[in-house]
Amino acid sequence: MSKFSRRNFLKLSALASTSLFIPTFIKTVQAKEVTSALAGGYKKLVVIQLSGGNDGLNTIIPFKNDVYYKNRNGISISEKEVLKITDELGFNPSLEKFKALYDNGYLSVVNSVGYPNPNRSHFRSMDIWHSASDSNKTVNTGWIGRYLDSECQNCKNPYNAIEVNENLSLAMKGESKSGIAVEDPERFFLSTSEKFFADLIKANGKSDHDENVSYLYKTMVDATSSAEYVYKTSKIYKSKSTYPNTNFGRDLKTIAELIISDIDTSVFYVSLGGFDTHVNQTGRHERLLKEMSDGVYSFMEDLRINNRQDDALVMVFSEFGRRVKQNGSGGTDHGTANNIFLINGNLRKPGFYNEAPDLGDLENGDLKYKIDFRSVYANVLNDWLGVSSQNILGKKFEPLGII
Amino acid sequence: MSETRKINHLYKRAGFGIPINELAAKQNKSYDELAKSLIDDSKSFTSLSLPSDSYVDADYEKRKKLSRNERQELRKRNRENIRKINTEWLEKMSTDKAVLREKMTFFWHGHFACKSPVSRFNEQQNNLLRKHALGNFREMVMDVSKDPAMLQFLNNQQNRKKSPNENFARELLELFTIGRGNYSEDDIKNAAKCFTGWGYNPEGEYVFREKQHDFGDKSFMGKTGNFSGEDIINMVLDNPKTAEFIAGKIYKFFVNDNADSEIVKELADNFYSSNYDIGKLMYEIFSSDWFYDEKNIGAKIKSPVELLAGMSKVYNIKFENPKSVLYMERAMGQTLLNPPNVGGWASGKSWIDTSSMMFRMKLPEIIFKSSNIDFEIKEDAEDLIENDVKIKNANKKLNKSVKTTINLEPYVSSLSGKSNKDVIDNLTEFMLQIETPQKTKDLVLKYADDSNAENFVESSIERIMSIPEFQLC
Repeated sequence: MSKFSRRNFLKLSALASTSLFIPTFIKTVQAKEVTSALAGGYKKLVVIQLSGGNDGLNTIIPFKNDVYYKNRNGISISEKEVLKITDELGFNPSLEKFKALYDNGYLSVVNSVGYPNPNRSHFRSMDIWHSASDSNKTVNTGWIGRYLDSECQNCKNPYNAIEVNENLSLAMKGESKSGIAVEDPERFFLSTSEKFFADLIKANGKSDHDENVSYLYKTMVDATSSAEYVYKTSKIYKSKSTYPNTNFGRDLKTIAELIISDIDTSVFYVSLGGFDTHVNQTGRHERLLKEMSDGVYSFMEDLRINNRQDDALVMVFSEFGRRVKQNGSGGTDHGTANNIFLINGNLRKPGFYNEAPDLGDLENGDLKYKIDFRSVYANVLNDWLGVSSQNILGKKFEPLGII
Repeated sequence: MSETRKINHLYKRAGFGIPINELAAKQNKSYDELAKSLIDDSKSFTSLSLPSDSYVDADYEKRKKLSRNERQELRKRNRENIRKINTEWLEKMSTDKAVLREKMTFFWHGHFACKSPVSRFNEQQNNLLRKHALGNFREMVMDVSKDPAMLQFLNNQQNRKKSPNENFARELLELFTIGRGNYSEDDIKNAAKCFTGWGYNPEGEYVFREKQHDFGDKSFMGKTGNFSGEDIINMVLDNPKTAEFIAGKIYKFFVNDNADSEIVKELADNFYSSNYDIGKLMYEIFSSDWFYDEKNIGAKIKSPVELLAGMSKVYNIKFENPKSVLYMERAMGQTLLNPPNVGGWASGKSWIDTSSMMFRMKLPEIIFKSSNIDFEIKEDAEDLIENDVKIKNANKKLNKSVKTTINLEPYVSSLSGKSNKDVIDNLTEFMLQIETPQKTKDLVLKYADDSNAENFVESSIERIMSIPEFQLC
C-alpha cells in the first residue's frame, strides 16, 4: 500500500457510506471550507476547448490588412461586416455576444499564441496543449492533472476538477490525482448508485489489499462519492437563463449551476468540436462561433445575476489556428499560432493584450507564434489558482499580466 | 496459490485466458509442457485480410486525380476498413488457436505503435507483426522499418538527403530498440541521414530512392563510414543494451510492471546470445518457476483490449454489433490501430480513472442483459479530421447498442451438482487471480439469482465480473 494508505482508504469508504445521510445544506457548508483551504479559494477556472483547430484569422479579423483579403478571396469577412474594435482588428459578425463582453471589460484577446516547432496534427498538437510539453517531448500527464498533483495531495475529494464529458482528457490526468468526467450529473449518479457496488465498498473497507486492489476500490469510492455529491449539488440551483440549445450550451449550463451551488471544484473543462473547416468554411464556422460566444455570454450572465461573475475565469483555446491562405475547397488547412480568449468580471488587462499577427512575416505560409501558450497557463496558475506554475509546467514561463 | 490460478496466470498472460473446461484438461501437465504447447500451437497461423477493393487507396498518384467526392468516398471506405480490421482482430484474439502469437502481435502493436489513414497499410503492418511475432527481432525491426505504415507515420517518406527528417531515427533508437540514455543527439542526426531515401511506392511497397539517399560518411556511435539504414539497425542490435531494453519491456508486459532487474538481465543475456529469438525468450519466461511466483499473479491491471478479448474467449461471449466493440474500446481508452502516440499505450493504473472504472464495473451488466448502453460518447477529433460531411453533426451523440450471445454451458456442466456456496468458491477461484475475501463471496451469493442452477451460475459470473478484482490478471 504505497500511495493510498489503509487509513485513507478507510476514511474514504467511511465518507462514501455516510455521505448518503448528510443533508445537502451541510455538505454545501463543508464544500466551502474545503474550497477555501485550496490556494485559489472560491476561484473557478473554466477551460473551453475548440476542437479541430479554430480559424483565428476569421475569428478576430485584421480588416485593414491586404494580405488577409488577398489570401482569402472567398472566405474573408469584409470590412463592413466586421464588428470593429481597434483601428485594425474586429470580431467576426457572429461574435456579437463576445463584443458585448468586450465592451463590458470582461474579455481579453491574446494574439499569436503557440509554441516552438509547431505540430500540425490534431492529436499531437492537442497533446502538447494538454500536457504543456515541448513539441518534441511526449508527456503522459496534463497541466491540470499536475495542478491537482501538486496542490491537492491532501484534498479529500476527487472532484476538484470536473470535465463535462464522458471521457477524461489528458489535460485532466495527473501522476497520482485526476479530475473526473461527468457528462450528466444525474446519469453519472445513477450509473454508480447500484446497491451491489455500495455493498462491495462496505465489505472491502476493512480488508488488507495490495496496491492495485486498493487503487481500484479507491477509484470506485471516488466515483460513487463524487457522483452523489455532484448530483446533489447540481440540484441546489437551477438556472433560468437561456443557453444555446446544444450539448455545448447544456454543458455550460451545468457548470454554471454547479458554481452557483457552491460546488467544491476549482477547474471545469468542456469542449466544442467541429472547427476542422477544410471545406466550405463560411457558414459553418459562423454557426460554431455563435454557439461558442452565445454560450459563454449566457454563462457569464448567469453568474452575474448571482453576483459570481468575478469568481469564474473562462479560457478559450484551440489546438492550432489555420493557414493564412485558403485552400481550393473554400476552407482552410491546419496552421499554427492562434488567438486565445480570457473572460472574467475583474481582469487586470481587458481588451487586446498584444498587436495583430504579422501577416507579412510568415513561416511556410503560417503565422509565427509570439506568445508561448504556457505563459498564459502560468498567468492562470500563478494569479488565478494561486499556485506556483514553475513546478507544474516543468520550467519557468513569464506569466502574462492579464489576470 | 492454487494450481487453477497458476494455470490461469499462464493463459491470461500468454494469451487472453482459457475457458473452465479447457483449463481442467491442463491440470496434470507441467509448466514446461504447457509452455511448449503454447509455442507449438502458434507455429502455424493465418493472416487478417480485407476485401481486395481496399487496395486502390494506397495509390497516391491515382488519388491525386480523384474528385473531391471520390476522395471523400475513399476516406470513408478507409475508415470502415480500419474499423473492420480492429473488430476482426479483436475477434481473432479470442478465437484463434495461435493464442500466444495473437498476444505477441498485440504486444508488438503497442511497441511499434503506429497509425495510418490507409486501411491497406494497417492490414499489411498487422500481418507483418504477426509473422515476426515469435520469430527474430532483428528481422522484425528491419521489416517494420521498411513497412509503408511506419514510413508514412514517422515521416521517413519525407526523409531526403537535402532535408533529413529525424522523426523515424529518433523513435527507432528511443522507443523501438536501444532506449533512452544509450545514444546522443548527434547519433540521431546521423542515423537519420542513413535512412534518407527509404520510402514506399504507389503500390505500397518499400522502395529505396537512391537519388534521395545521402551516400556520404556518417558517424554513428563512435564509428564512421558510408553507413546504410540497414547498417544502423544492425549496429544498434549488435549492442546488448537493445536486448536489455526489449527483454525489460517484455517482462513488464507479460510478467510484472515492476521489473526484477536480475531476472531481466538474465533474460536479456540469453535473448542476445540467441540472436534475438523471440520464441525462445517467451518459452524461457513461461517455463520458469519465478513466472509463477505469488507476487506476479494477479499483479497486472487488464488493458481494455485484454478485458474485452478475455471476456469473449473465456465466457464464449460474441459481440454481434461491431460498432459496440469500437465504442467499448474507446470508452475504456484503448482503440486498436489508434495508439495515443508513438510511445504506445501507458499501462497499469493509468487505465483506471473514475469514468473508465465505472464503465468496467457496468460492462458485465450491459453484456449480460444485452441491453442498450445508455452511455453516450461524443465523436472524437479523428472522425472530424477526415469526415467533413459529418462536421455539422460533430456534437451529435452516438448511441450504440450492444448485442451479445453468451454460451455458459461449460460452466453450468462443470459446476453441476455443487452447492451454491461451492459454486461461488469455484467461480471466484477461477475468475479472480487474487484471494477473495469471504465477505465478497457472501455478497455474490446474496445477489445471485438462485431460481435454478443455470441462472445461479450465470448471475454469479455476471456479479463476479463486477468485482473490482476482476480487473486484475
